[in-house]
Amino acid sequence: MNERSLSTTTRATVPIHRRATLWDRLLEPVLGVNACFIYVFLYMPIVVLIAFSFSASPFSAVWGGFSIDWYIQLFQDSEIARALRNTLIVASFSMLFATIIGTMTALALSKFQFRGRNAFETTLNLPIVIPDIVQGISLLMFLVLVVHLALGLPTIIIAHTVFNISYVAVIVRARLHGFDRRLEEAAMDLGATEWQTFWKITFPLIWPGILSGALLAFTLSLDEFVVTFFVTGPGATTLPIQVYSMVKRGVTPEINALATLMLVASILLVTLSILLQRRRSS
Amino acid sequence: MEKQRERGQLALLLLPSTLWLGLFFLAPLGIILVISLVQRGGPVAWQLDGSAYVRLLDPLHLKIFLRSLTLAVLTTFVCLLVGYPLAYYIAQRPPRLRHLLHFFVLLPLWANSLVLTYAWMVLLRPEGFFDSLLHALGFAEPISLLYTPTAVVIGLVYWYLPFMVYPLYGSIEKFDFTLIEAAHDLGATRFQAFRKVLLPLTMPGVMAGSLLVFISALGTFVVPALLGGDKTLMWGNLIQQRFLSTPQDWPLGAALSLAMMLFMSVGIWFYFRVNRESA
Repeated sequence: MNERSLSTTTRATVPIHRRATLWDRLLEPVLGVNACFIYVFLYMPIVVLIAFSFSASPFSAVWGGFSIDWYIQLFQDSEIARALRNTLIVASFSMLFATIIGTMTALALSKFQFRGRNAFETTLNLPIVIPDIVQGISLLMFLVLVVHLALGLPTIIIAHTVFNISYVAVIVRARLHGFDRRLEEAAMDLGATEWQTFWKITFPLIWPGILSGALLAFTLSLDEFVVTFFVTGPGATTLPIQVYSMVKRGVTPEINALATLMLVASILLVTLSILLQRRRSS
Repeated sequence: MEKQRERGQLALLLLPSTLWLGLFFLAPLGIILVISLVQRGGPVAWQLDGSAYVRLLDPLHLKIFLRSLTLAVLTTFVCLLVGYPLAYYIAQRPPRLRHLLHFFVLLPLWANSLVLTYAWMVLLRPEGFFDSLLHALGFAEPISLLYTPTAVVIGLVYWYLPFMVYPLYGSIEKFDFTLIEAAHDLGATRFQAFRKVLLPLTMPGVMAGSLLVFISALGTFVVPALLGGDKTLMWGNLIQQRFLSTPQDWPLGAALSLAMMLFMSVGIWFYFRVNRESA
């Protein structure tokens, strides 16, 4: 829109005929300093953590020299390797299930009006709103008391798929929002079946949304801790659970290295997901 | 015929999510409701009983509720106090810089929150970053913030500040700044222009941000578990303990979970009410 004109008018909020008070002169610098402090506050822990992971004296503000020892130790740790494998298994399966189910749900919601639609949508959004601790505990109770399912990787996958369905549905629906339904109708009129129409018309147009939903689901699963904490079982340690138990045992330099790698991985994945979401179909 | 086919298609598309959410989300919430209404013992005895809700009001638990509420309100307040000027500042930048600054506020939200909380442990712990920094600067007295309520508030503000800035920025960016000029032309001071024009018109952002931060901070579990230690337990930690640590009391834990959700629902209801009135 008229972003440029807006930004030029905002610069001169003080009318010329009014004498600038002390406040007027101080406001801009004060706001600037506040902003600086906040960005330092937001990024200091991240920077310090990364720096420490490469420091020979891993917890002191005094630089102890460059070292990649902690990373070497980390890669030799078989517990970590197993946790990484578990995390990737859980993230892949829950991404797969949630992407399929979430996309189907989004398609249904964008295409049909039906009775109970409001109630359905509310339920669909609830897993995003309800505190993770309640989700974790309630699923644990259900698994233990009702279905008697052994806790382990499958139960973690089940749990992650629940909230991932909601997130994927939200993102794919946003993509379907600008979608021209007449394209599908035209394809059907020309004799395509529903299935053909989906794969030839709908999917090629909404795939960036689906992919970005899938990536988000993968990342959320990779990072999820609280729900996992409750529904995990013996031998089913994921990376966040591993970090938590290591931290509880005592802070060690290896955690710095592991935490750094996890930070970098999730930030990369989410940036990718956001870029995909922004991408307009040409 | 067409109608029937559409109906079949709809059912097919919605079946998997209905099953999954019904079985692994709604049914478990139902179980929690049932557990809250039965007797305690081994760790539950299937005997109808409302005493869990009486135990909820135990002074010890009330103390933890009060602490959770205080910390959540404090967190919301701090986030608003620093978040509003930040959102205002960002909204006043040229477009390109604006998008960049906004992106960098939201980025930490996507990093692993457990890892970020751990990073704060590294900063705050005795002989950690701050301690050794102060020591190197010549201060002999060590500060140990870790395992204090202050550390919890720092951690919570860190986690939830983006939740505050996001809606605030959304409403401030839409604000028409020529209105401020108009207010000045009519003789309003800067403060009056803020109070009578900017603040009322960006109130939806303030409300949305505060609600998001408040209910999230209230339901938190990781931050007090890592930064608060045993002395700064919050509501979420209490729930976890009653389910998993001795003395186990599942009905109480279930009642605590429901009470937490009820509290949050009231917040959300209040939010929509105020929004509707101001609209």
